[in-house]
Amino acid sequence: MIQALTFYVFAFFTVVSAVLVISARNPVHSVLFLILAFFSSAGLFVLMGAEFLAMILVVVYVGAVAVLFLFVVMMLDINFVELRQGFLQYLPAGAMIGLVLLIELVVIVAGHALAPDAGTAVAQPMPPVDKISNTQALGELFYTHYIYLFQAAGLILLVAMIGAIVLTHRKREGVRKQRIHDQVNRRPEDSVEVVKVETGKGI
Amino acid sequence: MFEIGLSHYMTVSAIVFTLGILGIFLNRKNVIIIMMSVELMLLAVNINLVAFSAELNDMVGQVFAMFVLTVAAAEAAIGLAILVVYFRNRGSIAVEDVNMMKG
Amino acid sequence: MEIFAVFLPLFGALCAGFLVFIRSSEAKTPNRIDIAAQWVTCGAMILAAVAAGVVFWDVVLGNNPRTVELFTWIDSGAMEVSWAIKLDTLSSVMLFMVTTVAAVIHVYSIGYMHHDHSIPRFMSYLSLFTFFMLMLVSADNLVQLFFGWEGVGLCSYLLIGFWYDRPAANAAAIKAFVVNRIGDFGFALGIFAIFVLFQSVDYDTIFAAVAGKADATMVVFGTEFHAITICAVLLFIGAMGKSAQLGLHTWLPDAMEGPTPVSALIHAATMVTAGVFMVCRMSPLFEYSDTALTLVTVVGASTAIFAATVACVQNDIKRVIAYSTCSQLGYMFFAAGVSAYSAGVFHLVTHAFFKALLFLGAGSVIHAMSDEQDMRKMGGIWKQVKVTWVLMWIGSLSLAGIFPFAGYYSKDTILEAAYAAHTLAGGYAFWLGIAAAFLTAFYSWRLIIMTFHGESRADPKVLAKVHESPKVMILPLFVLAAGAMFMGYIGFNSFVGSEAGAFWGDSILVLASHPALEAAHHVPVWVKYLPLVVGVTGIALAYVLYMGFPALPGAIAARMQGLYQFLLNKWYFDELYDLIFVRPAFMLGRGFWKGGDGALIDGIGPDGISAAVKQLAKRAGAIQSGYLYHYAFAMLTGVVVLVTWYLFGHGG
Repeated sequence: MIQALTFYVFAFFTVVSAVLVISARNPVHSVLFLILAFFSSAGLFVLMGAEFLAMILVVVYVGAVAVLFLFVVMMLDINFVELRQGFLQYLPAGAMIGLVLLIELVVIVAGHALAPDAGTAVAQPMPPVDKISNTQALGELFYTHYIYLFQAAGLILLVAMIGAIVLTHRKREGVRKQRIHDQVNRRPEDSVEVVKVETGKGI
Repeated sequence: MFEIGLSHYMTVSAIVFTLGILGIFLNRKNVIIIMMSVELMLLAVNINLVAFSAELNDMVGQVFAMFVLTVAAAEAAIGLAILVVYFRNRGSIAVEDVNMMKG
Repeated sequence: MEIFAVFLPLFGALCAGFLVFIRSSEAKTPNRIDIAAQWVTCGAMILAAVAAGVVFWDVVLGNNPRTVELFTWIDSGAMEVSWAIKLDTLSSVMLFMVTTVAAVIHVYSIGYMHHDHSIPRFMSYLSLFTFFMLMLVSADNLVQLFFGWEGVGLCSYLLIGFWYDRPAANAAAIKAFVVNRIGDFGFALGIFAIFVLFQSVDYDTIFAAVAGKADATMVVFGTEFHAITICAVLLFIGAMGKSAQLGLHTWLPDAMEGPTPVSALIHAATMVTAGVFMVCRMSPLFEYSDTALTLVTVVGASTAIFAATVACVQNDIKRVIAYSTCSQLGYMFFAAGVSAYSAGVFHLVTHAFFKALLFLGAGSVIHAMSDEQDMRKMGGIWKQVKVTWVLMWIGSLSLAGIFPFAGYYSKDTILEAAYAAHTLAGGYAFWLGIAAAFLTAFYSWRLIIMTFHGESRADPKVLAKVHESPKVMILPLFVLAAGAMFMGYIGFNSFVGSEAGAFWGDSILVLASHPALEAAHHVPVWVKYLPLVVGVTGIALAYVLYMGFPALPGAIAARMQGLYQFLLNKWYFDELYDLIFVRPAFMLGRGFWKGGDGALIDGIGPDGISAAVKQLAKRAGAIQSGYLYHYAFAMLTGVVVLVTWYLFGHGG
């Protein structure tokens, strides 16, 4: 009972936030609603027994990605854009397609049936939660069977980081930086020139 | 109705996915909405994966969802970097102006 | 030996042909390459003439007819055709005549084409033509004959249009080829008919079977016809085209656009005589069809008189001689038509010599007059070009049939045979032949007088440069002159006289029902002398009109303007053909080209497709709007369609 109620609450918030993400006028509002959608689905994950994933969702998605979105939205000079004329002429076609897609997905969902032996040929069986926690179970899997993929994922993140820096890096003209090496290795002979000056005459 | 099963989670996932898709081509405001719609779609996929993982008692679904998360984060970062550079060059991210691929 | 006679010219042609593509560094003409080409071709030709002489001596005088098989060409079902050289009297005579005249003309060309820029090409074409002609006369089956037939037509085209930068020459070459083609179509149909009738195209097979098929009939388009008549008439149509008989004659005068040696070789001695040769060669066939023979006689006689009338008013020296050729060919044909084949061949041989002499002499005159061809601008030059003058007199005397020159013997025999045939067609031919003889003498002397005698009407600058031609051009003419003078007397008995039977052997067949040639020797005295009388009269009339009262011809022409224009415009045949055939053909062609090919085929095909592709591409290109969300939408639509199809259609 409680479970059903919780589910419906979280599901409701997820869907509504998603709708508002794409239809809010103010882009900052869009990002905030995206955050709400993430939180709601984190709740859904907890309900499904994947608490580690739920927390990671909050930490990574909300804490990093959504904040990044917010940064960019605020950094770029985005005006409030009024709904253009063209919107309405595209709405029927797009909504139609979307509706068809949704109906088909629901048909599939409703008509689906798991294979009878689906539950038997399990790749990595989930250990009962009173024995090990979800986090530990995930950890045992990641660092043993899927270690290479894990490292690859790390590489992807590294590449993304480098890529983001490379893309947005700007070279500023005329910036003078310190070159410590040259400073430290400077010799008196290079910097000072001793000239014998006669009285009354200049250099 | 009250017994929450796989179908419920899949329905939620389907709805969020569709909304994400609609967001891509129904938006007329700016390009960031597109990026957020992509995040929504990835979220829907994640819900689906974890739902199946719970149903089949298989950890692999959650492992895969972790990877999806990682990649989504990386892709969001790069996408936004591109957007920033694009804005620097064009001065606008209004959807109508992003048509330099016109053939 | 016969292999040499036939194939040496081909060898010469190929060598000269290779030389065409070698560029010499010398600036002067003729350069070393030119001289090499001249030596190769003339040398090959002279050797071939010697070989042909040996063959003649062996086959005819030594009575040794034979067929030399070279190799098989076609062997398919009933059709068996091989490359072979048939040597009997008829072909040996022709071989000898063709190689001799061709050798003379090759040597003459060295001088005439001295300053031309494409000497190797010219010599190569001349030798190639000679090869084809030799193949034609030495063939032992109709297909090889046709090969030579087409080949000489091709070389005629190449040589008439030799100076291809002149539009008139190109037009004349095309006209010659197309008109020939019409005749060739008839000829080909004739060959097909013969094959249907005899199941073979081999001469020996056909001739052996002709007597058996004398009454055979053939059904053509539902109507029954006498088979041999059909074959003979179709073959004759080919001869009409090749030998410029009335109806398909329009190309011969225009063929004078080619260089003079070409006119002499092709349009006097050899190619145009191929038709006569073919009719004589197929004499066993023609003999069994009186209808065909009558047709030949009528057409030949009509051509003779037609061409003679037109020649009387032409002003271009070469055109007069061209029409003269046309007229003399008519004589040869009506001789064949009254079954006096040997007389026709006799006249063919003598005509080759004196007509080639006349042409080359005219070429000498043109060369002397700095390329002037209009007789109205000549006159009074006999003192400066004495040798040419004498040679032209010899040729003309032979042409007019004055005793004792060659033409007298051959022409008289033909006219006597026409009289002695005692048929309607024969009588028609005889009287027209007499009239043509009168006109022939008249226009020949008109030519001589206008060119050499009287007051000079030439441009003084041209007159000052009149000079005799170099030896390389004159000496070959002596050979021809010797033939024009003595060939008649020497050959009379053998060709048409008492020894004719032994001479010809089996090469010509004359049925007993056609006694014209035999009876020709027994005609009344007045018939024997009438051609000579009219010839002398013609000469006298020409003298009176052109030497005595030079103003008279112009006055007569002015008074009879209608007749004069009619003759000057060649009886308006060209205009008639232009109206009936050429213009509709052009309209049809243009219609098919612009409408059919251009609008319809190109429009639907390449142009249409390319335009459609462009249209489609433009519209497809509009899909590339540049907006990412458009692309995403397209992708989504695709996904939805796929899913729908999968769900409800194919799978599940």
